[in-house]
Amino acid sequence: MTRATVAVPDPAIPPGAAADVAVLTEGLGKTYPGGTVAVEGLSLAVRRGEVLALLGPNGAGKSTTAGMLTTTVRPTAGRAWVAGIDVASAPARVHRHIGVVPQRNTLDRRLSVRDNLVFHGRYFGMRPAAARTAAGRLLERVSLEDAARRRVDELSGGMAQRLMIARAIMHQPEVLFLDEPTTGLDPQSRLAVHDIVTSLQAAGQTILLITHDMAEADALAGRVAIIDHGRLLALDTPAGLKRWVRGGTVVTVTADGTAPAELAAALAAGVPGARGARPLGDAVMLTVEDGQPVLPAVLAAAETCHARLREVRVDPPTLETVFIELTGKELRDS
Amino acid sequence: MTTATIPAPAARSDAAAALAAFGALLARDLTVLRKQPADFITRTIIQPVLFVFVLGYISPRIGQPAAGSATQAATTLLAGMLAVVILFQGLFAVALPLVQDLGYTREIDDRLLAPLPAQAVALEKIALGTIQGLLAALVIFPLAIWIPAAPPSLHIHWAVLLTLAPLAALMCSSLGLFLGTAMDPRLTMALFAVLITPLMWLGCALFPWSALHVIPWVQGLALADPLTYASEGLRAAVTSQPHLSLLVVYPVLAAATALLLWQSTRFFTRRVIS
Repeated sequence: MTRATVAVPDPAIPPGAAADVAVLTEGLGKTYPGGTVAVEGLSLAVRRGEVLALLGPNGAGKSTTAGMLTTTVRPTAGRAWVAGIDVASAPARVHRHIGVVPQRNTLDRRLSVRDNLVFHGRYFGMRPAAARTAAGRLLERVSLEDAARRRVDELSGGMAQRLMIARAIMHQPEVLFLDEPTTGLDPQSRLAVHDIVTSLQAAGQTILLITHDMAEADALAGRVAIIDHGRLLALDTPAGLKRWVRGGTVVTVTADGTAPAELAAALAAGVPGARGARPLGDAVMLTVEDGQPVLPAVLAAAETCHARLREVRVDPPTLETVFIELTGKELRDS
Repeated sequence: MTTATIPAPAARSDAAAALAAFGALLARDLTVLRKQPADFITRTIIQPVLFVFVLGYISPRIGQPAAGSATQAATTLLAGMLAVVILFQGLFAVALPLVQDLGYTREIDDRLLAPLPAQAVALEKIALGTIQGLLAALVIFPLAIWIPAAPPSLHIHWAVLLTLAPLAALMCSSLGLFLGTAMDPRLTMALFAVLITPLMWLGCALFPWSALHVIPWVQGLALADPLTYASEGLRAAVTSQPHLSLLVVYPVLAAATALLLWQSTRFFTRRVIS
């Protein structure tokens, strides 16, 4: 334990929490009235200055986790600290240290684009003049300076999202929560949001990114926490997670004429070094060692069960493969 | 062990941050009110002015005074309209926006992330409703004197007016918060349609409570309407008509306010924190 060397300025900071930890959870859990368990036994630490992605399918418990850390959901088990403050005992104080970009558009429709930022700043104690200056700077940063006087409901989805990010960082929070920040955006707006996130990260902003988009987690996050059914399944860098995939090469076989389960059994038996062959929808996925010549063996195995091959793909592992390895299902469809 | 571990200096700055946030929320709402007055005006003026016009001007002119002479009708309406506009502000400035906010715009989410407790966000709504209620009363006061066929006989008891009007406005705002948070937003809209008319007609806004003695069961029922206490209290404040004893009016208004405040902030918190 390194904690002996770390000064603990506030007794609300748990023992063991190092000064470079921005978010810490210990056995955090949420069971909704009625018995639905959304999150269970979640323990993780977000380091200061890192971008950590919570990756999982819809309903995995990502948003409930974010809700608990941003104080809109009351934990029913465990504890959590943001910026060293217990989220359950001092929620209003936690607010001063977090910025949140929620999934829905929660902009103030009665205010102009600029005033959305100005009043948000004032909620956090900024003087009107200082808030106006900061708002001007931020609007430039998210390329909305020309829209400053416009009404919020005239903005496109991408512009609204950029404005919500600007609003969330207006009071210079220690931790920024981005909940599905690019869901529903066109590719160009998506890239614009990614650029903003990358520049924030370069400036040292701690970010908790909630997403079901593997490519987004891969591109933006330093570490990825994979969550399903409210539990943490794995936590590592994207590269580290991909090394989890045994073998290192992913083979996906699609065929007609045979049940996928039968084809999976034939491939498991017939392809040398095949691991974890399993049906996945109407296809079969397996992994093999890098550099193995797999095609002849796949063809021969398909022959044995009278399968008519439609497609054989050989890919390096992605976060999706990791997810399938961990849960046995696809991220997209679950 | 949770709250006990919070050191005192941080707690003090928590209070300062919460106070600043509360002020900023109120400043935002008053800015919107100032920049977009049409909402406020239509909400405040149209219905009460029509009441005063029909019952205070048309009825006496066509020989159908609602209650006694034209002057008497105007005098009764004066206090009643003050109470009605205050009630309307509670419903339309607090409850309706809240139903929208909680139901679909979720604009409230950004407020809930401001550095103050959720209950304080609810209290700010009530503060705003109270201010708007008093503003609305100021607007309707001269109109209720000027429009009727004969001017009302005015006897202003300042001590009563200056204490009772704010109390009535606070009570109506708390009622608004209560109605806006008590149930599912879709049901609230239906409830509104059902509730407004009896609330107003039984609230002694259009006739004094004492006149109801000829129909004892209605007189009894009127006592269950919180608006009755606002109307009768304001009647005591601006006229010399007979009215419910202030010894009843003040305690009932205060108790109703406390009860509604307590219950509605609980409902509100339950709505926004799961």
